[in-house]
Parts: sequence; structure tokens; C-alpha cells
Amino acid sequence: MSDRVAIIGIGATQFRSISPDLSYKELMFEAAVKAYEDAGINPRKDVDTFVTCAEDYIEGTSIFDEYVPDQIGAALKPVHTIGGDGLHGLATAFLQIRTGRFEVAVIEAHCKPSNMLTPDGIEACGQDPIYNRPLELNTHFIAGLEMNRFCYETGITYDHCAKVVIKNRKNALNNPIAGRAAKLTLDDFKYADGIACPLTDLDVAQPVDGAVVIVIASEAKAQALKKNPIWITGIGWCNGTPSLESRDWVRPEYVTKAAEMAYQMAKITDPRKEICFAEIDDRYSYKELQHMMALKLCCECGAGQCIERGITDIRGEFPVNPSGGALGMGYLYEATGLARLYCAVEQLRGDAGKNQIKNAKTALIQAWRGLPTTSAVVTILSVSGGNDGK
Amino acid sequence: MGNRVAIVGAGMTKFVRRAQETGKELSYHAAKMALESCGMTLDQIDAVVLGTAPDTFDGVHMKGEYLSDGAGAWGKPYMRSYVGGGTGVFSVAQGWYHIASGLIDTCLVVCEEKMSSYQPHAQAAFLTIFDHTTERPLKPNLLWIFALEMNRYMNTYGLRKEDIALVAVKNKNNALDHPCAQIAKAVTVKDILNSEVLAWPVQRLDVSPVSDGAVALILTNETIAHRVTNKPVWVEGVGWALDTSYWTNRDLCYPRYVEEAARMAYKMAGITDPRHQIHVAEPYDPFDYKELHHMEGLMLCGKGEAPQLTVDGVTQRDGELPTCPSGGLLGVGNPIAAAGLMKVAELFWQLRGEAGKRQIARKPKRGVAQAWGDLMQVGTVVVVGI
Repeated sequence: MSDRVAIIGIGATQFRSISPDLSYKELMFEAAVKAYEDAGINPRKDVDTFVTCAEDYIEGTSIFDEYVPDQIGAALKPVHTIGGDGLHGLATAFLQIRTGRFEVAVIEAHCKPSNMLTPDGIEACGQDPIYNRPLELNTHFIAGLEMNRFCYETGITYDHCAKVVIKNRKNALNNPIAGRAAKLTLDDFKYADGIACPLTDLDVAQPVDGAVVIVIASEAKAQALKKNPIWITGIGWCNGTPSLESRDWVRPEYVTKAAEMAYQMAKITDPRKEICFAEIDDRYSYKELQHMMALKLCCECGAGQCIERGITDIRGEFPVNPSGGALGMGYLYEATGLARLYCAVEQLRGDAGKNQIKNAKTALIQAWRGLPTTSAVVTILSVSGGNDGK
Repeated sequence: MGNRVAIVGAGMTKFVRRAQETGKELSYHAAKMALESCGMTLDQIDAVVLGTAPDTFDGVHMKGEYLSDGAGAWGKPYMRSYVGGGTGVFSVAQGWYHIASGLIDTCLVVCEEKMSSYQPHAQAAFLTIFDHTTERPLKPNLLWIFALEMNRYMNTYGLRKEDIALVAVKNKNNALDHPCAQIAKAVTVKDILNSEVLAWPVQRLDVSPVSDGAVALILTNETIAHRVTNKPVWVEGVGWALDTSYWTNRDLCYPRYVEEAARMAYKMAGITDPRHQIHVAEPYDPFDYKELHHMEGLMLCGKGEAPQLTVDGVTQRDGELPTCPSGGLLGVGNPIAAAGLMKVAELFWQLRGEAGKRQIARKPKRGVAQAWGDLMQVGTVVVVGI
């Protein structure tokens, strides 16, 4: 038997700032119907295991996993929740298929932040209740501190960070599901509202509502069901320290470790040369640059110059976030990683429309769970299942 | 593919009403004891998985991230799984698929719960588990809905409270031999029937307590298991199933989701006649009737037959099919996720002959542990054997 695992179906809703016409269950249903149709499967008969990704506080419901089975066709089947990003769910389903006991797995993640009355308060509840919460730190304030330290130590300028935002939101203009597309210039940053200096409101990915469902399968099943499945050739995940005080504020080691695990599995030794494009976490503008460095995707000139010289533009040498990223598509909490995976699969299938990158054969997708976490996942996708190179 | 997975070490803190330690510290103590029990160090662990129930208990959003360093996950692949009350047993399935995938060789499984942080009582944390539109306005709580279920079970099979109370008597007495037990007590059926009525037919002593505690297991692949111990306990089967959210549309007298989960685990373990091929069971017993309910779901007896087995003494520690020899949740305590993992830890000790005063004399070779949760909705099952 083969160990190979492939993506055979993808489905997503539009990502919108508000969705008063749809409940979270309806969002999930829409994404699931699309994914099952894409994979050509019946969830009641063909799926062996379902993994959903959610956090109670975001949902406003305790033990939220109670409310997932019906709308994705999973009642009375093996279903469980992972308290993690959608890509953690992908890693889980990947492991389950690799045991040889499951052939088809479904991964679901969604969010409806337009229902959240106090998102700042909820995010602050993620901080250490003893050491940090008494300080009443807003999460974006911590990001501002980190951005300051990162720019100071690396020489990356605030303009470099602004250019990440301009690039990503521009890419989103040609992505039909994106919810935060815009045409911006550096001038707009002069007048942007400050949040926690040097962070402005334009540097922060804004929340959107949406759901994403992905179907993956073992090699035998994938080849039987799908003409051109997209192979998961590598996956890695890692946690650093939850403590704000003892972490490295410049280099996210956990991202590097997750990437090393994925690169090793995918037999990638020179990621910059062997990967065609990347979907990298950009919850905040500077994060795209910081994560690029940690993933070893920068050329000699460094992350700042990569953005400065247009290397990471959609038509550049190494496109980063051609989907528009979280800045352009919108921030989807636990569904953020899966949304990027969805767009990367479209690219590799050649279905990315105006945003299509020529000869896209290998992609890297990375997720980070946002502050105050140090939790990252990296996955490598490829068209052939081998190391396609460029 | 299909690598064998073994449990090689276990650790457990005391279950108490109000721990002085933080959740991180409880996780640390359990993980350290588990590592020491098999002479391993954290450096030898490839991945960590964590089980813990609702974030509302601790009031910490993304509680899995907060607990990660306490659980030993710094710099390691780490994930938190979640199926409400079923989490503790599910976390063993999570560790199993990490290793059975062939990608991970050693996995530390930690389950923690600290319910005492919730003031004044953790029961209020459950007010937000109900459907926000159809149920929350009615302000239901868990005791009420389980009273509905218990009523339905008693009504369907014409059961007497006296027979169900025997489960609480057995488990609380069994727990007298457990060094980590929170509410072990020599009680009689009369004590149970005279205890305060909470929501008829549920009385105070029919119910497990609010607890703090943590349990950890070490899972490895076959090669490492043989290197670490000469008494590995194999994970022979795992299963889980989640039923519809619309619990009001189901017949509450039988847990079909437990049966589905059990069928999945038994198929993997090659079990065709559970009643005779399983020697010891740890069914989930947050309420006394639940042990009976779950024995039926696990197909250890026919529907409606579990109470009679209890009356006949079959489920006593020296009986033919001992259930909850640990003392279960009714005796040892119920720190939700940790309580589920405690059940698997008990099987580990029983099968290795290391259960001390709780040891089953018949030398069991195969056991089943099961947990349950959500809106009377999820079953998680693990079969282990030597």
C-alpha cells in the first residue's frame, strides 16, 4: 500500500464582512456541498472520518463540536474537533489516512466573526490569566510591540510592511471569494489610523465570515475518484512557548521547525528553488516577512528586498500570497489556513483565473494561530506527488 | 502502515475538588510521572497530544495553547483534540493515529481539567452548551437533561432506582483502593436513595463530583515499546462516533453512537463476541445509570440487561466481567478529559498486574474503555490488550 495522500475536493463560501442571511451552519453546508460535488462523493456513504476545527470562545458556544455533524453529512460517523487551525485539521486527517484504516477524510473550518460582539475581549482571554491578563494588553498592542522589535532587529522598514499590504489586497481584487480586496498606495498608510505604533489598522487583516471544506483521500481512492488530485507531499506542525516573556520576538522558531518537518517529508532541500509559490500567514503585515524568513524562502537580499524588488508579486519570481492572503481575503480565525489551502489547490489545478501563476506545480501553505500563540503548521502540495521543482 | 501502537507508561495526579496547582502544573506532574514510569525523558518524545474539555472552565481562550508548555510540548508537534466529555478516551485514539501513521514514533498523551476555577460552581459552564435559539432560552442544565435520559431508561425497561444505585455503591467502594480517589466511600444503597434529590430521578450520590486533575500516557511504536518495557499494553482498537446535534429527536433509552464507536473499535481489534472476549471494562460513569447504559452500548450485554448483571455481582471486581475496577468517575472523580484517560490508565495497570489493591485476580488480558459527551451524543472507545 502507498503512503501517499491527495486532495480530491475543495469547497468554500464567499468571504464576507457580514453575512446576516446565513447562519454558521448554512455557511458550513454550502462549503461542504461544493467540496463533495468537487470530489464526486456522497458524505453519507463515502467518507470514513470527519475533522472539524473550532474554538469555543470564537463560536460563543461551549463544547462547540456538538453542533458540527448534521450540516456536513456526518451524523453518527467518526467526527471529532481539533482546537487548531484548519491546517492542523489537515495534518490530523493526513495522519488518519496514513494509518491505512481510513480512505476518505473531510476537514472543515469556518468562522462567523460578524456575530462576535467583543472580539478584542475574546482574544485577550487567550493570554496567560496570571501573568499577562492583569496588564490588560490588547492583542494588537502585543503585535505592535513585536513589529517594532522585528523591524528594529532586521532593518525591515514600515514601508516594506505597507507594501505587503498593498500587494496582498491588490491580489485579492482578482480573487472572486476574497472579502477585503482594495487598491492601496503608500500614501494611504500616512493617513491610516494608528493601533499600536508602528501598527496601523491597514497592517491588520480584518475579519470575514466564511467556511471551507476539503476532502482528502488515500492514493488508491484519490486515483479512482479524481483525474488530477493534488498531492500532500509534506506536512509539519510545531508549538513554541505560550509565554510572551520568554519567546523570541524576531525569529519564530516554531515556524522553522514545522517547515523542517514538512521539507524533510517532501524531500525539499532548497525550498526557494523547489517551491513555485507560497501562501503564508499574514495576520499582520510584518508577519508575512517574518514568516518568509522563518520558512527560508527569502533570497540573499532578505525579506525586505523581496517585497521592495517585486520578487513576491504575483508576476514576480516567487509569488507570495497570490490569493490575497488574510490581508486581502480577510481573516477567518481557524479557517484561515484552509482558505489559503483552497486557493493554492485552485492555482495548482490551473483554476485561479486572472490570478493564475504559470506552471505552478508546487506550493507551500503556512498557518499561524495568531497572538498570543506560537502554533504553526506548514504543508507542501504538488501536482505530481513527487518533488516537481519549478 | 498499520503499525502497532503500545502504551508503555502512565502517570496520574490526585483528583481533588480544588487543586492548588494551575492547569499547567497539573499537566506537568502527570506528564512527568508518565515519563518516569517507563524511564523515558521528554527528549525522547516526538509529539504531544492534549485533551481538555471546555475553555470556559478555566476562562482561557485557546486553552490548549495555554497548557502546551506544561504538557511538555515546547518545540514539538502538538495538537489538542476535542469531543466534549468523550475527549479523554479519544486522546488515546489521537495518540494512536499519530504513531500508526508511521510518521511519529513516540507520543505523550496528556489530559487535564481544572474545573474549580469556575466560580461558584462548574455546572454553570454548561449553560452555554445548548442551542442558542431553541434551547438556551429554557435555561436547561446537565442534571436536568440527564434526568430525562435516566427516566427514559428506567421507564423503557421498568428499572428500579435501587438496582441502578448498586453501580454507585460498587464504584465508590472500589475507589477506596485507589490512591488518587476524590470521593471514595463505603456507601450502601440506602445512602444513595436518601441523598438529596437534584433533578428526579437523579440524586446527589448518583452523580460524579466536580474535580481537578490530570493523567498522562506514553504511546510508542512496536520497536520502541519492546526497548522500553517487557510489558507493553497494545492499543488493539479505537472507535468514535458523533450523533446528530438534535438530541431531542433521538430515543434516549439507548446510546447508538456508543454502539457505532464500539463496532469500529471491535472490528479493528478483531472482536466478534465482546461479552466473552473482553475481560475488564471501564465504561463511562459520570452518573450511575450511565455505566449501565454504556455497557449495553458496548454490547457487553443485551439492551436493558445491564442492571441485572450488576445485581448478580457479575460486574464486581471479583466477578466475571469487572466494570470500573478503578472506582470510575463516581469514586475516583471526574475532571472531565482526565477522567476519561484515567480509565485507559486503569486498564494499563490492570493488564500489567500493577493495580495494587485494585488488581483483578483473574488476570485480564483485554479491556475496553469508553467515554461519552457532548449533548448525549458522542461515544469514544479504546480496546487494549496484552
